[in-house]
Amino acid sequence: MRSASLQIHLAFKLVTALLAVAGSVVLLMALTRLIPGDPATVILGSRATPEAVAALNARIGLDKPLIEQVFRFFGRLVSGDLGEDVFNGRPVIALVAAALPNTVALAVSAMLCAIALGVPLALISARWPGGRTDRLIAFLSVGFISTPSFVVSVFLLMMFSVKLRWFPVLGAGNSGDIGDQLWHLALPTAALAAGWIGYIARLLRASLLEVLGENQIRTLRAYGVSEAKILIKYALKPAILPTVAVLGMGFGELLGGAVFAEVIFNRPGLGSLIYDAIRTRNYPVVQGGVFVIVLLYVLTNLIADLSQSLLDPRERARLVSGRQQQ
Amino acid sequence: MTDVLLHIENLNVSYRGAGHSAHIIDGVDITIGRGQSVGLVGESGSGKSTVAFTLLGLLADNAEISANRAAFDGRGTKLTSAETARLRGTDIAMVFQDPMTALNPMFTIGTQLVDIQRRRFPKESRRALWARAEAVLSDVGLQDAAQRMHRYPHEFSGGMRQRVVIAMALLVEPKLLIADEPTTALDATVEAQVVEMLHRLRQRTVASMLVVSHSMGLIAELCDSVIVMYAGTVVENGKVTDVLHHPHHPYTRALLNCEIDPYAAFDRRQDLATIPGTVPDPANRPQGCIFAERCPSRHDRCSEKPPRRQAKTGQSFFCWLEAA
Amino acid sequence: MTVLHDLSRRPGGTFALFAVTLLCLVAIAAPLIAPYGPNAIAPASRFMDPSLQHLLGTDHLGRDILSRLIYGARIALGISLSVIAISLTTGVALGVAAALSSRVVDLFIVGIFDVVTSFPSIILALALVAVFGPGLGNVVLLVSIVFIPHFGRVARAQTIAIRNSPFIEAERVLGAETWRVVLHHVTPNIIGPIFVLACMDIPVVITIEAGLSFLGLGVRPPLASWGNLLNDGYTYLDQSVWLATFSGLSLILATLGFALLGEALRDTLDPKLRKSL
Repeated sequence: MRSASLQIHLAFKLVTALLAVAGSVVLLMALTRLIPGDPATVILGSRATPEAVAALNARIGLDKPLIEQVFRFFGRLVSGDLGEDVFNGRPVIALVAAALPNTVALAVSAMLCAIALGVPLALISARWPGGRTDRLIAFLSVGFISTPSFVVSVFLLMMFSVKLRWFPVLGAGNSGDIGDQLWHLALPTAALAAGWIGYIARLLRASLLEVLGENQIRTLRAYGVSEAKILIKYALKPAILPTVAVLGMGFGELLGGAVFAEVIFNRPGLGSLIYDAIRTRNYPVVQGGVFVIVLLYVLTNLIADLSQSLLDPRERARLVSGRQQQ
Repeated sequence: MTDVLLHIENLNVSYRGAGHSAHIIDGVDITIGRGQSVGLVGESGSGKSTVAFTLLGLLADNAEISANRAAFDGRGTKLTSAETARLRGTDIAMVFQDPMTALNPMFTIGTQLVDIQRRRFPKESRRALWARAEAVLSDVGLQDAAQRMHRYPHEFSGGMRQRVVIAMALLVEPKLLIADEPTTALDATVEAQVVEMLHRLRQRTVASMLVVSHSMGLIAELCDSVIVMYAGTVVENGKVTDVLHHPHHPYTRALLNCEIDPYAAFDRRQDLATIPGTVPDPANRPQGCIFAERCPSRHDRCSEKPPRRQAKTGQSFFCWLEAA
Repeated sequence: MTVLHDLSRRPGGTFALFAVTLLCLVAIAAPLIAPYGPNAIAPASRFMDPSLQHLLGTDHLGRDILSRLIYGARIALGISLSVIAISLTTGVALGVAAALSSRVVDLFIVGIFDVVTSFPSIILALALVAVFGPGLGNVVLLVSIVFIPHFGRVARAQTIAIRNSPFIEAERVLGAETWRVVLHHVTPNIIGPIFVLACMDIPVVITIEAGLSFLGLGVRPPLASWGNLLNDGYTYLDQSVWLATFSGLSLILATLGFALLGEALRDTLDPKLRKSL
């Protein structure tokens, strides 16, 4: 009985996540049907012979009702089949699998960079709130948050690559050479991380200030525990929970921003895959790529949501016992 | 080594806001002897908690503190934040009012009990501090102390949390233990347990105690002497028995009147006693006697600040009434 | 108005007001203040540096950058305000309807919201554009879809919060129709948060539109969307940095200005919102 509630809770979250993914697939499928004109003809473009059109219709399921099309998609998904590239018949799943690591590497490094810089900035702001440093950080934060990442990318490119020639301009570096790859990763990471540094700094600062006003912090102060220890140990842990939830959402936005970063810096990845596919009307690839991104997004949201519950001892206890604790 | 642990003369505390100044504490004298237990009693807004917080430097940044003389443990002090900060967790320990929010929910009580000792015993190892904490937890009456150290605050009831908080204070072996409304946030049954525990504590420790409360009854049980405060001023102080049985100041009398005696016969015709009026605004303190507005015996002289008088029974009070 | 006064007292509030007012004026008065037409091609004066004749220089087709930026303001503001208007009305309507309808309808609408928000916003916009094609009209309609759940959820939450209030019950007992009563009470409660949300979403819309145009999937050239300008600047970065610089700065000015304005509004109108938004 004790672990049943935890399992129920997890199952509930999982089911809602799956429903969201399923819903997005339905949306994607429906969109394919909404392509103006005859979808199959448009997709095949210049190779639209009647036989090819019929074959594609049967393949994608455009000749059947939407529901069947959706089921067929999921059916094939289980066997790892996401359709084929329209032009050269390569399986979409292979294209996506090749591109995915690059994008994930970019997103993860941007997130890590944002955390590494954002958390200390928030701590400094919360230690001396209202001071000059705090105000400076606040101003810069808003600036970073609202600036579009592709503008930052172009500016960084302009400054560091073209003018100063410090960093390489384009590409992802030679594969197999980690150093070279990291070098190429630097500018895109900086561009993507900029907005999130500001966001984390502000969000965490607000959380920290709220926690610092609570009675339990007053107790610690009354016993002479140092401000630094209070901040880094006792205030940070409760304060970081709302930030964790936001980071989950942030990962999805990062994936979106990765599209621009990959195009601008000419890096291989899911973003540039989707972009090229859109321009060449390679719908199966668009569908497959977008589906994978949605999957990742929902997954990271789920993890962030759950970790929020699991990090708080009161929530943990509540889940395990199934009852409301004080 | 003198007998006096804490002595403050003419303590004044104001908060400076935007364009105005709120005078919270006005000319308070407080003396606590070694091993003595002093009570600070008054209604909400009387400033009693503020006095306690001043000793630890826990007031807000815009507080202005001044005193003619202040000395702790034989050493003079200016009550600056730097000086009071030095006393925290070493010479003075405080037990706060609400046990439900006094502990950090994300850390085990063991961790917290260890960390608060570090100021007092900076050289000891974590294991040693943990062991000390465990021992004191047993002392305050928590069963399975060893196990409980690993638990989180939300796993404890209100009464148990109050014991943990009291254990904290004991762990640092302070010279002065301040209890701010130790039973106010607790149920009646739990209150009895905590009072019992504080009693036993008094017998075992050599520390002085300062009990801040609105309940005369609690102070009567725990303290040797009492200071009665109203709106930031002291109106009467002396031995508990003297003040309780022979209150001289009209406010003290009114306060005692308000206490309900659970063992007295029930009189249907009598209303619950109250003190009409409200506490004056600290930003606009009246001249003269602070209680005059609400005092049933006020007269013309009361527009001047009343002098200190000595009662026959020994306590001192501030009033114009003759032969009170 | 006291709101304006409070706004100017906040840090960044004056800057925000200034930036937003400037942008609006420029957008409205574009034909009057632009020194050249936005499409005045002059192959002889390509890639010129800023000078008295061309205050911000010229682009790869010899067109005056300043003029194109001015018309770009029109596009940025025009599109974002249209998008917000559409998604606001649709979203609020759906949200209130969801809160007042049967459980099934409510669940269905919430499900739609959840599905739409399971896509990162840019990705959804890209997917929609992939299907329906780029172009000014398409961009406005498609990007609106992305923002409907924002307003819908807030409207729904507010309506739910008060739909069972005693004063609603009282009025219903007196014979008023539920939806009329709720609408009458919901509207004042909603206006504040919705307005703030709209203001805070404007920079996001500007970003998405500029992003789509930058990728060539938004407003089609030769229309002077800042995204198009940035793309041109990016393409010809080796030849001249001015186009990229100034179009980037315009975007920053617009997004920063509206973002600060939204925040200042939020803090001024209702400090309690700080937590929920």
